[in-house]
Amino acid sequence: MRELLEILEHNSRVSVSELASMLQKSEYEIEKEISRLEREKIILSYGALINWERFGDDTVTAVIEINLTPQREVGFDAIAERIYRFDEVRTVYLMSGNFDLLVIIEGKSLKDVANFVATRLSTIEGVTQTRSHFMLKAYKKDGVIVDDEEQDRRLVVSP
Amino acid sequence: MNWSEKLSNSVQSIAPSGIRKFFDIAAQMQDVISLGVGEPDFVTPWTIRESCVYGLERGYTSYTANRGMPELRAEIANHFKRRHNLTYDSNKEILVTVGVSEAMDLAIRAVINAGDEVLIPEPCYVSYQACTVLAGGVPVSVPAKIENEFRITPEELEPYVTPKTKVLLIGYPNNPTGAIMERGDLLKIADFAEKHDLIVISDEIYGDLTYNGVHECFAALPNMRDRTILLNGFSKAYAMTGWRIGYALSNADFIGAMTKIHQYTMLCAPITAQVAAIEALKRGEKYMKKMVAEYDRRRKLIYDGFKQMGMDSFEPRGAFYIFPNIESSGLTAEEFAEKLIMAEHVALVPGTAFGKSGAGHVRCSYATSIEKISEALNRIEHFLTKR
Repeated sequence: MRELLEILEHNSRVSVSELASMLQKSEYEIEKEISRLEREKIILSYGALINWERFGDDTVTAVIEINLTPQREVGFDAIAERIYRFDEVRTVYLMSGNFDLLVIIEGKSLKDVANFVATRLSTIEGVTQTRSHFMLKAYKKDGVIVDDEEQDRRLVVSP
Repeated sequence: MNWSEKLSNSVQSIAPSGIRKFFDIAAQMQDVISLGVGEPDFVTPWTIRESCVYGLERGYTSYTANRGMPELRAEIANHFKRRHNLTYDSNKEILVTVGVSEAMDLAIRAVINAGDEVLIPEPCYVSYQACTVLAGGVPVSVPAKIENEFRITPEELEPYVTPKTKVLLIGYPNNPTGAIMERGDLLKIADFAEKHDLIVISDEIYGDLTYNGVHECFAALPNMRDRTILLNGFSKAYAMTGWRIGYALSNADFIGAMTKIHQYTMLCAPITAQVAAIEALKRGEKYMKKMVAEYDRRRKLIYDGFKQMGMDSFEPRGAFYIFPNIESSGLTAEEFAEKLIMAEHVALVPGTAFGKSGAGHVRCSYATSIEKISEALNRIEHFLTKR
């Protein structure tokens, strides 16, 4: 049910009864469908998108480009797994182009992240090169504008 | 000196809008949830805004042709060819206006002589009667019935026809009721218009906001193209209310006459809005469809909500309004709206603001977020159970 997913993707707090009304199904049907989507790992998680900087945390985010030597049988998958299992690693994509993996890492400090790259990532067998880019500012995350100044400017009542 | 005595008779005869009072109350409240807003809660899609900014940077700041920029008229003609298989000559049969509001005024002024009568099904948008009066015409209100889901039929119109009847003015999908007319309903109206040789002014500003089906364009019905002055615009479908941009389509004589008034009063629609409107027609459709899908979800949510609290409403199929019957509360529409905003800080508009036949109903706009709709429904339910 594509529409259910579209709604939840933007707001996972919409209640089952609201979903039932909007999709013209019973609450039972909605619950059953959501369980199925969770079971089949189509819905992966229900996190909130948080502006930690505004909350007061100073985290450091780095985008790392990694070049790999692919391995027989498994290609890049085995090395990717060794990398994505680390908690520090937020995102891992296999890319076309000049490098193979794009890895996003979060750490408490520059030193923290640099240390992780030097001691854990670069030392993995098959990793031939890493290039780290530290993130300076997030303007938009996962489709959400971080500091959106737009607001409802409509008159409260109009014909 | 009593200056008001010097005002023209026609202006004096127009009643001020019934919405004002609720606006004043709501504007002073902090936590008000408004279901009283007659415009989208979305901001104009960025690609449209960006094209306007780019246009300004390149110096698009001049007058345009009275009828509107040729490129915009061509896009409008393409749009109607594609969507409704209707052909309009972009040089003679299309006029770009400052919103449908201006187009409505021009259409009425172009065809009405003093004393001519205009049939206006009610409830309807607030400007129809006023524009008619200002043009020297006589508005003849024809009540649409809830039993009929606020559609209008020839049988209902027939008793109001006189030798002076010249125009039938319809607005579907309807503000405030959310009613639509299906093809079969409109075909009967088309026969009626032909039988009495009436000009039909069709305000289809909410046309793209039609749910569970497609919008039927009145001018696309057999033999109706030349008889119809078709009004539409960008305000509702593309969330562009503040840009003030609309258009009128009809035969070359009507559009020519309207253009004459337009050139002496408005000269042209703002070029900034015209540039944006071109982008809306070229690349705006996917954003429009996303917004329509969102309105549709909210429509179902609010319709279910009213049903569950036992408030009667037919299922609205267009625009972004629902028009529940509130007579079971024992209150008039005015009282209901006033007591509700005072007690629960929910703003809506009494049906009577849109004509006498709106009595016993309130207009609720669902052009607001799901969270707010749910909260407003809770407050309304609280209001009803407390009474």
